[in-house]
Amino acid sequence: MWITYKNLWTIIHGMSLGGLLLMAIAAILIGLLYQRPGWLTETGIQKNARILNAGMWLIFILTWLTVIIGTYIIYPWYRATPPPGADLVDFPRSYLLAHPKLSGLHNFGMEWKEHVAWLSPILVTAVAYIIIRYRESLAGRPLMIRAVIIVIAVALFSVLSAVVLGALINKAAPTS
Amino acid sequence: MALHDAPKTNGAAAAALLAAGIGSFIFGLLTVLKENIKAVGNALNFYNPVGSLSGATTVAVVLWICIWIILHLLLRGKEFKFGGVTLIALILIGLSLVATFPPFFDMFH
Repeated sequence: MWITYKNLWTIIHGMSLGGLLLMAIAAILIGLLYQRPGWLTETGIQKNARILNAGMWLIFILTWLTVIIGTYIIYPWYRATPPPGADLVDFPRSYLLAHPKLSGLHNFGMEWKEHVAWLSPILVTAVAYIIIRYRESLAGRPLMIRAVIIVIAVALFSVLSAVVLGALINKAAPTS
Repeated sequence: MALHDAPKTNGAAAAALLAAGIGSFIFGLLTVLKENIKAVGNALNFYNPVGSLSGATTVAVVLWICIWIILHLLLRGKEFKFGGVTLIALILIGLSLVATFPPFFDMFH
């Protein structure tokens, strides 16, 4: 199977960074759910805080890399305007819009994906700051930890929506 | 338990959450505006291959960081009822989710 330059960037953006991000956020969510005094020993809370700290750095970097690569490297290929007479297969947005059965993938799918994905770096950065700044003292602040869990869950939802829609769009009209 | 240099108050966390809520809301608002008002869409077209998304994200991120810095300077060292702060932030984040949903922003076409 031949992988083009554009395929490679799409794999890096979606399957690699996006997939890793989904798994990492889910893991952080589990770590946060256990970060409470009644559930872990003092040593456990300290070790969990170190894991959460490292995990949040990873997620912070992954989220920003994913949205920047998606927006500034892959999206321009997706939305490029075809010259007259060009084969639309090489122009995903135009290809989708030219096929009534597929146009929803652009009008709803891509329109949602390109916007909702950008909420995740803002939310993840705020959560990363709180987790890294408050470390194990977070375990003694139940309201703060609950807030962080809800916000990271919303970030997970936005990443999940973008990854699933991206996979569907790329299946129907690959950027290649 | 060793607390390192963790803050004794929740003001810094409150500032981070509120700023994230406001930043998300600004992005949602810009999305609705750029999708429905051509002049706004054109003004936010900072980088032509990406279109108005480039301007909406850039403006939202810059404003979010500025707002975060201001809120951090104002709120750090203070203690807040965190439930209230969370509620405000979550309402703003919820509104941003609605605003970035195509069936919503397309209603104003």
